[in-house]
Amino acid sequence: MARKILTEHINVPGIETFDVYRKQGGYTAVEKAIKTMTPEEVVEEAKKSGVRGRGGAGFPMGMKWGFLAKPEGVPRYLVCNADESEPGTFKDHHLMKCIPHLLIEGMIISSFALGANKSFIYVRGELMYVIRILEKAIAEAKAQGFLGKNILGSGYDLELVVQPGGGAYICGEETALLESLEGKRGNPRNKPPFPAVKGLYQSPTVVNNVESISNMPWIINNGGDAYATIGIGRSTGTKLISASGHIQKPGVYEIELGVSVDEFLNSDEYCGGVRKGHYLKALVAGGSSVPILPANLITKTAAGEDRLMTYESLSDGGFATGTMLGSGGFIVFDETACIVRNTWNFSRFYHHESCGQCSPCREGTGWMEKVLHRIEHGHGSMHDIDLLVDISKKIEGNTICPLGDAAAWPVASAIRHFRDEFVWHITHPQEATQPGAVYMGEMVLG
Amino acid sequence: MTESPNLVAFTPERLETVKEIIARYPEGRQKSALLPVLHVAQEQWGWLSSEVMDYVAGILKIEPVEVYEVATFYTMYHLDPVGKHVIEYCRTGPCCLMGGEDVYGHLKQKLGIEAGGTTADGKFTLKEVECLAACGWGPVFQIREQFYMNLTNEKVDQIIEDLSK
Repeated sequence: MARKILTEHINVPGIETFDVYRKQGGYTAVEKAIKTMTPEEVVEEAKKSGVRGRGGAGFPMGMKWGFLAKPEGVPRYLVCNADESEPGTFKDHHLMKCIPHLLIEGMIISSFALGANKSFIYVRGELMYVIRILEKAIAEAKAQGFLGKNILGSGYDLELVVQPGGGAYICGEETALLESLEGKRGNPRNKPPFPAVKGLYQSPTVVNNVESISNMPWIINNGGDAYATIGIGRSTGTKLISASGHIQKPGVYEIELGVSVDEFLNSDEYCGGVRKGHYLKALVAGGSSVPILPANLITKTAAGEDRLMTYESLSDGGFATGTMLGSGGFIVFDETACIVRNTWNFSRFYHHESCGQCSPCREGTGWMEKVLHRIEHGHGSMHDIDLLVDISKKIEGNTICPLGDAAAWPVASAIRHFRDEFVWHITHPQEATQPGAVYMGEMVLG
Repeated sequence: MTESPNLVAFTPERLETVKEIIARYPEGRQKSALLPVLHVAQEQWGWLSSEVMDYVAGILKIEPVEVYEVATFYTMYHLDPVGKHVIEYCRTGPCCLMGGEDVYGHLKQKLGIEAGGTTADGKFTLKEVECLAACGWGPVFQIREQFYMNLTNEKVDQIIEDLSK
């Protein structure tokens, strides 16, 4: 069995309560950090661990902490990004619901490291029941002296605030999240200045994902070096993977980074394989935004090597033959899935969720949705395929935030790897629009 | 619609909640309370009329337009009257792979309404929403704080019948 950092105790009955969490060794990392370490030493452990942003960007967390400006007399903020909305991703939902104190403990340690006295957990508004679980856990921790004034007699004060969102994917982008937290529309900000210099209320701010922060208790208890021994190369530690789609056992799994895609997909410890009687057609490895890959490129790289669940191996081959680890939203498609329909579905999502600030994204996502809709519904022309590629190129890289890229990649990759299927929809509109109709011809490689 | 929006004032308990929310933020940053306070308002009135939004603006000492622009941006806020139970049905890819579109068709037939509609008896409003972060347990819909997961036609029938009582 693989090592578990985040989910070792997740099935212990009552783990959502302070007492049970404490009995399992909870809050010892807060004691260690606050009583025996300086904030700089905590930051140093985060750097040594090599833990990378688990929301999707994969930027080293310790390095991000190192960028935080520290002007005299100006408050600093830590904001946890719990706006989990990337299609295919539900790990933070699971973690917060099942073991809320892990995030609270991570928030205390991280806030101490950054010198923040008021920190926020911004949770997507649909998860109001999870917000109530977190608020209860915070009240328990406060009653035990782990939050509030003068934590454990150290002189360090911290208040934790749980903030609900209002239903907007874009607020997972960190500057849109900060706007939203200030009570505004979730329009991403131009950068620079980066949040590390001017973030919440124009003060230096760090925004980190739930899973990233939840690694901190283990890192403090065991050391950043020990964390860095798990995984392969620059993909250190463990990762929560949200597995969905046509598999035997959908759910949230904690893997050691470096397990092979084949093992993750097919072993009984994880997904248990594609559902019985069916076979793998395609896979989205890191949430809806990352390129979709056909079966022949997902368990092996184009060079024929085993594809591993790491940042590097999944992106091997670039976008021509690779993809990204992203948020770890692992969506499996068997032969009954229609790629055109799914691509239209994802395009509708990005069109719906575009904030409307940048015209390439506001207009382009709408055009892509419309063109895909007409192909899927039997009204496409051959010119539409090139038109989609053209629109995707005009969005990519031309927007304030990465939502534009995230909207462009699924379309461009679906056409790159499944062009035949788009062509078939256009040349065979009557067959293609039958309920459940799926193209079963040869897949195009590369 | 639990109360008439013409009598716009939070209940004493909710007003306490709102004051507690405002106190979470630094001095002068009470606008940060807008999203959570709008959720409290929607809990009381079911939807956000312009009277309710103006009332919230007054409480937070901000301009009404600052409330309108937020309420129209975020999809969770209802800007029209809704039924007793608002069903928010996930229409995104992973749920569709699990048969979400078929179950959705069944649900619409059962209720006799399309997306955005409310049943004649005022019991159900149907809304399509994007990914609810529950993809491994799809198909999924949400009614207020409750998630209904691994939906099938039979489960949908049962849920609707239970809520219709």
